[in-house]
Amino acid sequence: MEKAIDTVPQLRKISFADRLKRDKWLYALLLPGLIYFIVFKYLPMWGVLIAFKNYQPFLGFFKSEWVGLDNFKTFLQNPDFFRLLRNTTILAVYDLVFYFPAPIVLALLLNEIRISAYKRVVQTLIYVPHFISMVIVASITYMLLTTENGLVNVLLNKWIGHNIDFLSSEAWFRPMIILQSMWKEIGWGTIIFLAALAGVEHEQYEAATVDGAGRLRQLWHITLPAIRSTIIVLLILRMGNFLDRGFEQILLMMNALNRSVADVFDTYVYTIGITQGAFSYSTAVGLFKSLVGIVLIFTSNYLAKRAGHSGLF
Amino acid sequence: MNNNTLSGKIFDAANYLFLGLMALVTIFPFLYIIAGSFATDSELTARPFFIIPKTFSLNAYRYIFSTDTLFHSVFVSVIITGLGTAIDLAFTFTMAYALSRKQLAGRNAVLNLVIFSMLFSGGLIPTYLVVKSLGLLDSYWAVVLPGAISGFNLILVKTFFQEIPFELQESAKIDGCTDIGVLWRIVLPLSKPVIATFALFYAVGHWNDFFGPLIYLNDSSMWPLQVVLRQIILLSQGTIGDPNNMDPNFVQPPDQAIKMAIIIVGTVPILLVYPFLQKHFAKGMMIGALKG
Repeated sequence: MEKAIDTVPQLRKISFADRLKRDKWLYALLLPGLIYFIVFKYLPMWGVLIAFKNYQPFLGFFKSEWVGLDNFKTFLQNPDFFRLLRNTTILAVYDLVFYFPAPIVLALLLNEIRISAYKRVVQTLIYVPHFISMVIVASITYMLLTTENGLVNVLLNKWIGHNIDFLSSEAWFRPMIILQSMWKEIGWGTIIFLAALAGVEHEQYEAATVDGAGRLRQLWHITLPAIRSTIIVLLILRMGNFLDRGFEQILLMMNALNRSVADVFDTYVYTIGITQGAFSYSTAVGLFKSLVGIVLIFTSNYLAKRAGHSGLF
Repeated sequence: MNNNTLSGKIFDAANYLFLGLMALVTIFPFLYIIAGSFATDSELTARPFFIIPKTFSLNAYRYIFSTDTLFHSVFVSVIITGLGTAIDLAFTFTMAYALSRKQLAGRNAVLNLVIFSMLFSGGLIPTYLVVKSLGLLDSYWAVVLPGAISGFNLILVKTFFQEIPFELQESAKIDGCTDIGVLWRIVLPLSKPVIATFALFYAVGHWNDFFGPLIYLNDSSMWPLQVVLRQIILLSQGTIGDPNNMDPNFVQPPDQAIKMAIIIVGTVPILLVYPFLQKHFAKGMMIGALKG
């Protein structure tokens, strides 16, 4: 009988209980994922409240006392705060200036290659480092740059007569980090732009050629507009992660000698929280960082919309 | 773009050259490390710049495999990768399928929950405390479960499922299939390339995961490859070989060659799957680039 009613659609609105019953297997499929999101995503969000408490592991979440904004005040008055803010911001700006545009330029250059076999070989090779773990990438960097017979220093000795201790230098830390992430990721980063470029109709270029447009003009009037929306979406996403860049990478490349320029919010949270057990304080630091991230993502989205682009949401 | 002007030709030549160099620069460090791992002491100190060693030595490899530290950590990584990928796929695909069906009451609420979790997270310490309070510290579940679903992947798979004609699924239901049966017999067989793509992405993620094991596993006998690699290569802590296991005439290979050999052991598994990866990831990325 139930089946017969089902085949007469929209005769009456079925009640929620009936829908639950009808879709019981779908809900069964939904359940594991839903539990996952509640336990591992939403419980921690609720757990953020320990930033406003003096969390004591032996008292637990509920019995620890409320301290209001004390943890935030302590952090903002701590000299560490400015050091972390400076280190994080400078790395983020370097990222935006050097690392972000690189895959776009590379994709545009790859797009000009007409011999498809050559293009495929280049692509295959430049994608490889993306799949290698950060630990390996850091290890390779270490082997190349170490002053104990590292290849780069052997060459420097030959050419300029002395070593440069990149690995424990404050001045070289940031360029080293940016170059490292460029080496690892720019090849992979081209994929999304190449996909956008593949969508451009060839006739547009032909028409432009007929109209006498040179290669640069075609780039400016056809190619760049074609990937503009992709660039903007990625830029907005990037802004949201402005402050949480390369956690593993920095942790791996940081040492006692470059710590003053290397330490960023994320490594600080790890050191203070996990290794030293100051849970409430480091949660406050983490929350501060997340909130700045949210403000940045909404601001850049708003600005993108104001400028007449579609934005992220 | 048929540009046969002189400047066009110069640009082309420069471009081909530049991209070729780019590819070489990318791959060179690997070649250097491979060569170095076969080197002998004299070769590394006397003539350190080389790409093909004159004398070829397997001593570094013999040395790093003289104890079972490395074998053990590779084994642990394999277990984590296998278990983790299976869980990730099961969680992602079941949830994505339920969310792909428009009839599901509460679907939008759940989707919003997922999207919000991509914008804001509790952060490292609260997540750590949740894992700890569940009693998962020092167990492989702590490495595997907290990242089981990537919200981004979930939405990609959901979008893909929505492209599968609904009539196909409906006819299966009329034939008496439950929703789980439809997923298992109709939808999943049609999704093989997508499953392969995400399986590989998730597997690479688990194989390369360093931070999860670092914070959740205190017991060093549980450490996977990545943590062991960092310990030995970057921190120079812990020993890997045991000279007592070698014959008396064995010449201890240079420290650098040992480290290079360890790097190679850590890299080879990924390079082995790379050809399989490559076939699929372009397709996988397209789902993201064009529809998502």
